[in-house]
Amino acid sequence: MKARVHVMLKNGVLDPQGEAVRHALGSLGFDGVEGVRQGKVIELDLADGTTEATVKDMCEKLLANTVIESYRVEML
Amino acid sequence: MRAAVIVFPGSNCDRDMAVALEAAGADVSMVWHKDAALPEGVDLVAIPGGFSFGDYLRCGAIAAKSPICKAVVAHVERGGFALGVCNGFQVLTETGLLPGALMRNANLKFLCKTIDLKVETSDSAFTEGYNAGDTVGFPIAHHDGNYTADADTLAQLEAEARIPFRYVENPNGSVADIAGILSENRRVLGMMPHPERAVDAGHGGTDGQALFRGLVGQLTAA
Repeated sequence: MKARVHVMLKNGVLDPQGEAVRHALGSLGFDGVEGVRQGKVIELDLADGTTEATVKDMCEKLLANTVIESYRVEML
Repeated sequence: MRAAVIVFPGSNCDRDMAVALEAAGADVSMVWHKDAALPEGVDLVAIPGGFSFGDYLRCGAIAAKSPICKAVVAHVERGGFALGVCNGFQVLTETGLLPGALMRNANLKFLCKTIDLKVETSDSAFTEGYNAGDTVGFPIAHHDGNYTADADTLAQLEAEARIPFRYVENPNGSVADIAGILSENRRVLGMMPHPERAVDAGHGGTDGQALFRGLVGQLTAA
């Protein structure tokens, strides 16, 4: 089984990389991009029976820094 | 006074840190990240700058989970002293020993230059060799030094005078110009600028000497 973890900066935390991407899109002529937030996706190959609660524990302990980041777990 | 300098794969300021501490009179041992214990009788743990574990995942995140960091947390919880510089500051926030987090510099650039800092308090073993209001020049060399914390944490840091160093001209977008912070018991200091790179005339400046001399002096007297 697999799980996919999405890690994003929390709302309200300035994302300078997303801002740079937004500027670059604008300079390529893509008008109307009002905001870009950049995050990361982590795919986990897991032993059968691993629970979503265990994956959330992984997020809390390592995969996300919950001071500045939020996460979402997708069990596949 | 006994100091331990932690070495991770990717640390690159570990020897500079050891030289600075030794020059101030400390007895220094280097400790590998896989060790589970600190040497007997260590007063100060120094976590040096560098790019531990290639900055994978987040700066300092993997290092913070290494075996030696459990011992560092226990050392601090016993009331021991710790100094984290640059990547060391990032490791200290990732372990939770210091609040807040360090994000990518606001201008997205890797910054490598000597900058001016204002000393805000001499009330700590790290800063007792300075006077509040002093301006000191320390090198910075980082990509992720943009300090952030929630409003409550910031208010507490301000109220308890736990921001010993602020940037005179903010280079990286850090909230409240924060260059370094102290723990609640004032025995843990994390800072992005490098005092250990300003302890010899050959470095181009010696403003960092007072930090190491003050620290060694205080811990030797204790």
